[in-house]
Amino acid sequence: MLLQISGVSKSFGAVHALSGVDFGVRAGEIHALAGENGAGKSTLMNIIDGILQPDDGRILIDGKPVKIASPTEAQRLGIGFVHQEIALCDDVSVAENIFMSATNISKSFLMDYAGQRRKAGQVLARLCDIDPATRAGDLSISSQQLVEIAKALTLDCRILILDEPTAALTEKEAQLLFGIMRKLREQGIAIIYISHRMVEIFDNCDRVTVFRDGRHIVTHDVADIGPDDVVNAMVGRKIETLYPDKLTDPATDTLLSVRGLGDGARIHDVSFDLRRGEILGIAGLIGSGRSEIVKGICGLEPAPEGEIVLAGKTLRRDEYRDAIGDGMVYLSEDRKGDGVFLEMSIASNISALRPEQVAGRFGLIDRKREFAQAEALGKRLNLKCGSLWDPVSSLSGGNQQKVAIAKMLSVDPRIIFLDEPTRGVDVGAKAEIHRILRQLASEGVGIVVISSELPELIGLCDRALVVREGRISGVVAGDEMTEENIMHLASVMDAERVTANEKVGQ
Amino acid sequence: MNAETITAEGHHSERSFLANLLRMRETGLIAIILVLFIVMSFASPYFLTWVNMRAMTMAFAVEGIVVIGMTILLISGGIDLSVGSVTALAMVIAGWLFLNGVDPWVASGIAIACCTGVGAIMGFFVTRVGLHHFIVSLAIMVIARGICLLGTGGRPLGLYTLPPEFKFIGQGSLGPIPLVIVIFVVIVVAFDFLLRRSTMFRKVFYTGSNERAAAYSGIRTKKVVFLTTTLCSGLCGFAGIIYMARFGSAQPTFGIGMELNVIAAAVIGGASLNGGTGTIFGAILGTVLLSVVSSSLALLDVSVYWQDIIRGSILLAAVAIDHYFHKRTR
Repeated sequence: MLLQISGVSKSFGAVHALSGVDFGVRAGEIHALAGENGAGKSTLMNIIDGILQPDDGRILIDGKPVKIASPTEAQRLGIGFVHQEIALCDDVSVAENIFMSATNISKSFLMDYAGQRRKAGQVLARLCDIDPATRAGDLSISSQQLVEIAKALTLDCRILILDEPTAALTEKEAQLLFGIMRKLREQGIAIIYISHRMVEIFDNCDRVTVFRDGRHIVTHDVADIGPDDVVNAMVGRKIETLYPDKLTDPATDTLLSVRGLGDGARIHDVSFDLRRGEILGIAGLIGSGRSEIVKGICGLEPAPEGEIVLAGKTLRRDEYRDAIGDGMVYLSEDRKGDGVFLEMSIASNISALRPEQVAGRFGLIDRKREFAQAEALGKRLNLKCGSLWDPVSSLSGGNQQKVAIAKMLSVDPRIIFLDEPTRGVDVGAKAEIHRILRQLASEGVGIVVISSELPELIGLCDRALVVREGRISGVVAGDEMTEENIMHLASVMDAERVTANEKVGQ
Repeated sequence: MNAETITAEGHHSERSFLANLLRMRETGLIAIILVLFIVMSFASPYFLTWVNMRAMTMAFAVEGIVVIGMTILLISGGIDLSVGSVTALAMVIAGWLFLNGVDPWVASGIAIACCTGVGAIMGFFVTRVGLHHFIVSLAIMVIARGICLLGTGGRPLGLYTLPPEFKFIGQGSLGPIPLVIVIFVVIVVAFDFLLRRSTMFRKVFYTGSNERAAAYSGIRTKKVVFLTTTLCSGLCGFAGIIYMARFGSAQPTFGIGMELNVIAAAVIGGASLNGGTGTIFGAILGTVLLSVVSSSLALLDVSVYWQDIIRGSILLAAVAIDHYFHKRTR
C-alpha cells in the first residue's frame, strides 16, 4: 500500500463525519471512492490533503506513519488534490494559477513569469488548447476545471486525488482526462477517483471503495462487482425503493410553454412545454446554462428574448415578484447562500415569500398566523424540528431544504422550479423530498427539477431536457433516459445539435 | 459562457501591444492627467510654474506613502480606515518623546514601531479573532485619535528645537529636488517592483483574489493578511514622521478624512475592494490625479466646498467606468 488510512475519525461538533475509517491505495491503481453526499469522502480527502486534522487514527505512506499538518506538507509528501469546487484566482493568469504552490515554496525572490508560462503551456498542451497567459476568470467553467487538473499534474505527485473532476467537463474532455489517468497509472501513481457516475468508475477504475454515513462499507475489485452492488452499498438498501412511481398516463394539456427564450449570451432559443402532472428534469454540465434558463423564466435574471405562456396567458417577466404573482417559484441550488435565511426562525422563513399573508391589522406580522402557516406546511412536508421559532441553522440539511420548499408552497404555486433540490441532503430526507415532489405533481403543480446527479434525474423525472452551451440539445423520456444518452446529449458536437433540436420540435 | 468569449480567449495573446496598452488603467489615467495639465496651463499662468509643481508634489508625496500601504492591503482583501489617525499618532508619539528629552531619531523609531504595533493589533483581531477589517480599523481609527488628543490635550506640540538635520527630511532638498520627493519616488519604485516581480508579494494577490485557492496551494493566507495590515500601519507611521519633520510640529488632529482620499486614490488607480487587483503605479497616478484636480480648483478660485463634490464625483465616475468595462470583457 502506498497510502494507508487506518481507524481515522473526525467529528464536527455532534456530527460524526468519519468514524474509524480504513482505506488504502496501491501504487499504480485507480481507486474509485463512491458514496452519497455526506458520506465522508470529502472529509477524508481533506484530511489526506492536510486541510483538516483527524481526531483519531493513523495515516501511513509507504508503511510509515505521517502527520499531514497542511496542504504544503501534503505536497511535500507527493499528494496532489483536484478539488470538487473550482478554486482559482480569477485575477491572475492561468500559468500563475497552475504554479501557485510552486511560487509559495519557491526560494527565488523574483517571479519567473516567462518560465511559468512556458512550462504551463507544456502541461496544458496535454489537455486542451488554453493560452497560459489568459486571466483565469475569463475562462469557461470547463476550461477552469481543466486548469485545476493541469495544476495537480505539475505537482509531480505520487498520490493524486480527483474529486468529481468530470462534473463540468464535456465527454471529449473527460475522455482526455481518463487517458491521462491511465498514463499516470502506468507510471506508478496512485489515483483516488471520486465520482457519482457508475459508468466512469466501471470503465476506468481498478478498485472501488464505498463510504456511507462516515463509515467504510466495502472495497472490491471493479471486475468482481456490478454497478448495482455499488449503488446498493452507497444507499444501504435496494435502489428500487428510492424513487416514487412515475406517471402512468401522461396528461396532454400544457401547463407552461416556453418559446425561443434567450438572453443573447448564455442561453439561446430555449423552447419546451411542461405538461400537467409531470416532473420535468433539466440535465446538463455545470456551466451549461441550466440554471440560467430557469432563472430567466422566473425573471431572476434578464432573458428578454422569447415568450412564456402559463396556462394560456402570456407572461410579462421583469422581476421575480411578477413570477411569484403568476404562481412560479424558484428554489436556489445554493441553499445556504440564497435559499434560506439561516439565522432567522423556521416560521419567518416559511412566510418570507409573501409576509402579507400572515399579517394582521396595519400590515404587522401576526405571530399566531405565521406559526399556524408554518405548522400546517411543516406537517405536510414532515418537517422535523424542535420549535418553529428555532433558527433554520439548527436543522439538518434535509430539513433546511424542507423549510425552503415550505416557503415556496406558502404561496400556492402553480409551478415550482428546483435547482439541485437534494444537494447536501441525506438519503432518507432525499427520498422524502422525491415523494413530496411526486405528490405535488399529482396534485397538478408543475415541477421542474435541475440536477447534476443523473440517477436522481432518471429516477424522479418523467422527461428530461438536456442543455448544452445554453441550448436544448435533446429531450429524453422513458427508456431513452439513460446516463449514456444524457451525457452524450450534454456534450454532443455541433454538427449533431441540429438533429437534436429537431427532436425538441416534435 | 458563450462561443464568442471562447474565441476571444484564444486570441488573447495575439492582441497587439498597443491594444494591451490602451486597455491598461494606467494609460487612461496618464491621458486624463496630461489633458488636465494642458487645460490648466492655459487656464492659469501659475499652474505650470516650478513653485506650483513643487508644492503640488510635496502635497501628495507623503500621502502617497500611505496610499502604497493601503493599496497592498486592498489587494490582500483588507481595508484600513485608521490611516489618518495612525499617521497623527506617529507624530504625537515622536513629538511627545522628543519634548521629554529623547533623541528625535530614536523617538521616530519608537513611534514607527508603535504604529506597526497598532497594525499588528488590527491584524490580530482580523485574522485570529475573525472580525472584519472595516470594523476593527474603524475602532482603531477612533482609539488612535483619542490617544493623540489625550496625549496633547488637543493642542499641536510645537517642536521648535528639532535639530536641523532632522528637519532636513521634511524640508531639505537634494539640489533642486526636495528630499521628500526623492524618498517618495524611491519607495514607489521599490514597492511597484516588489509587487510586480517578487514571489513574496504575489502571494498577496493570490490571497486577495481567492483565499481558498491560495490556502489550497499552501499559502498561509492569515499570515499574509496580518502582514499587509501591519505594513500599512507601519507606512502610516513613517509618513507621520516625515510630516512632523516638515511641519516642525506634531498635530493631533492631522489626517482627519485622509482615509477617504487614500482609498479613493487606490481605487481610481485600479485596486478593487474585493481584493486581488491593483498596482502601486496606478494608485500613485490616482493620487496625482486627485492632487492635480485639487490644485487646479484652488488656482481657479473654486470654493473648497466644491472641491469635495468634484473629488467624490471623480471617484464615482472612475469606478463606474471600470466596472462597465470589466463587465463587458467578461
